[in-house]
Amino acid sequence: MAQYIVRRLVQLILVLIGISAVVFVTMHVLPGDVAVLLLGDKATAQQLAALRHQLGLDQPVYVQYFRFAADALQGDFGTSLRNSRPAFEEVWIAFPVTIQLSFAALFLATIIGVPLGVMAAVKPLSRFDNIVMTVSLFGVSMPIFWLGLMMILVFGAFLDLLPIGGLMAIGDEPPRVTGMSVVDSILSGDWHLIGESLEYLILPAATLGTIPLAIITRITRSEMLSVRTHDHVRTARAKGLPEARVIVKHVLRNALIPITTVIGLQLGLLLSGAVLTETIFSLPGLGRVMVNAILQRDYPVVQAGALLTAFLFVVVNLLVDLGYAYLDPRIRYR
Amino acid sequence: MSVVALAPAPRSGGASWAKGLGRLMRRPTARLGLAIVVAFLALTVLAGVLAPHSPFDQDLENTLSPPSLAHLFGTDQYGRDILSRVMYGSRTALLAILVADGFALVLGGACGLVAGFYGGWLDSAIMRLADVLLAFPYLLLALIIVAALGPSLLNSMIAIGIVYTPQYARLLRGQVLAVRETDYVLAARALGVGRPRIMLRHVLPNSFTPILVMATLQAGSVVVETAGLSFLGLGAQPPSPDWGAVLADGQTYFLSAWWIATFPGLAIFLVVLGFNLVGDALRDHFDPHRRMVK
Repeated sequence: MAQYIVRRLVQLILVLIGISAVVFVTMHVLPGDVAVLLLGDKATAQQLAALRHQLGLDQPVYVQYFRFAADALQGDFGTSLRNSRPAFEEVWIAFPVTIQLSFAALFLATIIGVPLGVMAAVKPLSRFDNIVMTVSLFGVSMPIFWLGLMMILVFGAFLDLLPIGGLMAIGDEPPRVTGMSVVDSILSGDWHLIGESLEYLILPAATLGTIPLAIITRITRSEMLSVRTHDHVRTARAKGLPEARVIVKHVLRNALIPITTVIGLQLGLLLSGAVLTETIFSLPGLGRVMVNAILQRDYPVVQAGALLTAFLFVVVNLLVDLGYAYLDPRIRYR
Repeated sequence: MSVVALAPAPRSGGASWAKGLGRLMRRPTARLGLAIVVAFLALTVLAGVLAPHSPFDQDLENTLSPPSLAHLFGTDQYGRDILSRVMYGSRTALLAILVADGFALVLGGACGLVAGFYGGWLDSAIMRLADVLLAFPYLLLALIIVAALGPSLLNSMIAIGIVYTPQYARLLRGQVLAVRETDYVLAARALGVGRPRIMLRHVLPNSFTPILVMATLQAGSVVVETAGLSFLGLGAQPPSPDWGAVLADGQTYFLSAWWIATFPGLAIFLVVLGFNLVGDALRDHFDPHRRMVK
């Protein structure tokens, strides 16, 4: 196992170098000139040259990359072109919002998706199975930015059950500790705030969780179906174990390894896919910060956000792989 | 987004192909999917004839009017007919499929073909780059590329195309590695046929089917992702009748005029569903393992 971990860590470092190079190169083929962007059209040639020299833009690209990488390793991604705050701080403040949303979405998707998949697999091709499979196919095909609006319309406007945007009611924010509204509310110990933060989280989490829910349901069903035919299951039945016990202890347990992997992989996708949900529900998360930075050509913030997200994505996927290898020894020896 | 593993398709005569497709279409879900896709394609051609109004014509006396007989899907804040905008929007969606999917198919296919056929350092270089691109969450990669190219409809399509490129490269490379060692390729080599000719005339046609299936599987995702970028303001710009852009328009007036955002969203959903249904059926058809599980 130790050898496997070391091998995967070396791979991780190589991938991270690759990612930082891709982000850097992409940002540096920007059609606009950063110096012009900062100083405006009326700047003189001398001013532009001086700023380019100051920012190191007159150096060869590989020198710029090494300088960028060295700074980035120390957490320095430059300053935002909009408000002169450190670029990393901009994304770091927004980050807990995205984390909270992603975990909440994944939680909903898992606690609903796994039981649905199991129930569908108990009687394949039954009416219930067909309904679940059809609805989950609808879920996979759903444009979530549209689904979010529909949820706002139905639960927010027509039924008036849930709040339709933001993290908390204005003026009700708990003192900031983690930046996650629910966690901060719990830390404040105020039941009213806890309830409110959860209320605000339900619609965005349900929206973002829809596609993972559909995927988790489908994968649970198909894994259950494939384990169902194994010999040990036949043995369990032959021993005369009750059907429920066979399903839970013998089929589901063995199907859980690949299901866990899929759930873990979804988390990485959610962290980056939250941008549409954040836009619809006006949540000040990482995705929203990135899109605003792109629209305003604030490239240090884009760079910092991109690297942070990609880094997390790769690390989460590595953890999932390691967990999988831990659970299934065959992987390690490949 | 996983790379779909597909078994090499058996190369056989046209008759068995037709038979296979016939069997494929026996599934009601596949038929429904095909019907949706055909209707969508017909709409892109006939939008000019079927649409009751121009998608750009403003009628300032009739702004934000709810669905009625005169405007079946209602009108937006400028009095433009939503039905007509949705109909014309199908053309942008088709364009997204052709440009983004086509871009990924051609570029990814070319990289995979060359990497698999020539092997060596070229293979390593191309595949490591593909690994790095696959290590990005796809929406993030699309955002970075749009950030570099600047927000526009074409750039958003190119961005989505680049995001999908490594998947095609990997898939075709795998196919090529298998086909490269077959007897007919060895025979061609023994006859002294040049390498580029072997690659293009013998290897490529025999490894192409899976990436065509993949192109169908991806068509739905391409539509929803380009619409998503437009929704964020990073793709099609107003007054384009692109579905994502119309949806973004509708978000502003959503609580008072639900119809502006509802109908283009429904259109995206149906088209994606159609392609997913067809894609699922195709995948099952070409993957014998899945057929057995069924």
